Amino acid sequence: MCGLCGLFGGARHWSDAPGERGRTPEAERRHRVEVANRMLQPFGLRLASWAGRYTLTGRTGRAAVVDHVGTLWPTAERLAGRPCDPLDPALLGELERW
Amino acid sequence: MVSDAAAPPLTANLLTGFLGSGKTTLLRRLLRSPRLADSAVLINELGEVGLDHLLVEAVDEEVVLLRSGCLCCTIRGELKEALLRLLERRRRGGVPPFSRVVIETTGLAEPAPLVATLTADPMLRWQFRLGAIVTVVDAVNGDDTLNRFVEAMHQVAVADRLVLSKTDLVEPAQVAALSARLRAINPTATLTPSAIADDALAELVVMDLHDPDARPAEVGHWLAAAPPDDAGHTPHRPEVRAHLLTMDEPVDWAAFGLWLAMLLNRHGDRILRVKGLLRVVGIDQPIVVQGVQHLIHEPQHLASWPPGLAPGTRLVVIARSLDGALLDRSFRTFLRLAAAVPAG
Repeated sequence: MCGLCGLFGGARHWSDAPGERGRTPEAERRHRVEVANRMLQPFGLRLASWAGRYTLTGRTGRAAVVDHVGTLWPTAERLAGRPCDPLDPALLGELERW
Repeated sequence: MVSDAAAPPLTANLLTGFLGSGKTTLLRRLLRSPRLADSAVLINELGEVGLDHLLVEAVDEEVVLLRSGCLCCTIRGELKEALLRLLERRRRGGVPPFSRVVIETTGLAEPAPLVATLTADPMLRWQFRLGAIVTVVDAVNGDDTLNRFVEAMHQVAVADRLVLSKTDLVEPAQVAALSARLRAINPTATLTPSAIADDALAELVVMDLHDPDARPAEVGHWLAAAPPDDAGHTPHRPEVRAHLLTMDEPVDWAAFGLWLAMLLNRHGDRILRVKGLLRVVGIDQPIVVQGVQHLIHEPQHLASWPPGLAPGTRLVVIARSLDGALLDRSFRTFLRLAAAVPAG
């Protein structure tokens, strides 16, 4: 996927928009990071909020900067060395056991 | 230049449809209506049907690949140049100050790159907003065309308005069968025979999500028409079909965004259209989400739930060769992951 996909202006992604009423933008980012980490766990990756952006780190210490959710998954696939497919029955089975 | 930068974006409508479906005839009729009187028109080639309009520009097709090489986001270079040229002429007073551009595509056009040109190009995306995508389907050859050309299937899948032409040349049963097939592919689009008044056709083109007054009715239509996900018993089982994802309890916005981004990253080439209304944790108003292939528009709020629709998430995913049951399982599994995350 290219960097344009899902991107509608600068470093914003469409999913940056509504958030939850009452949360500060920083609290919203923290929440997003926590939810993302549940999704990234099967791939051995961890996301962290960093200076208005994110860092994504693998088990071996390989890391990359992620601007927004639109570039998270291509980066995750690169670091994990395998597809991050939400329709993969094996992945779904693993997530369902939680 | 400064005043134009601050001006609201111009609406751009795509008029698509297969070869010989009657796009130019429809365009000529639309332009007779006062509702579309201040429109500029871009067409792929000046055809035999004369267009007596304030401005007609011919666009030759030229495909320019972005450095990323992502085919879905291929930008139509000539279209971009033509749109920028039009804006420049408008700025200089060389053409009347039109408020809308209608872009007639070639019959074989894949719609997604055109949408990408309008919505993702750094120079165009602030100056234009995508209006209704109108797809003309020929009642005589439509069924056969859908069987033979994937581009035709995609044109139907991305449409906001399906206009059925030449219905007077075939038996009513054939029209009914084709209509059922079109609804199975894209239940979110309005389906109208072209044999209605010019003004009524023009109204369909003008009405879109950018108009807050029209928004509830538009979204209500998407979801009222959406079939249950087990609609496999329809007379046709097209390769492209609509899937409906529902959830009554509020969804976590972060989880939804992450899941949809993940889905589009891996399957965006076969997800042709996403349209829906979300009930989001902590937000009273419904959130409208829609996109074409990888490109999701900025979400919008509705003041309230459309009449007759109980609060809850309803998402229509129009896709090629996608397992609906697996999609539903994925949606539920990923959204449930947020439940265990402490509130921030």
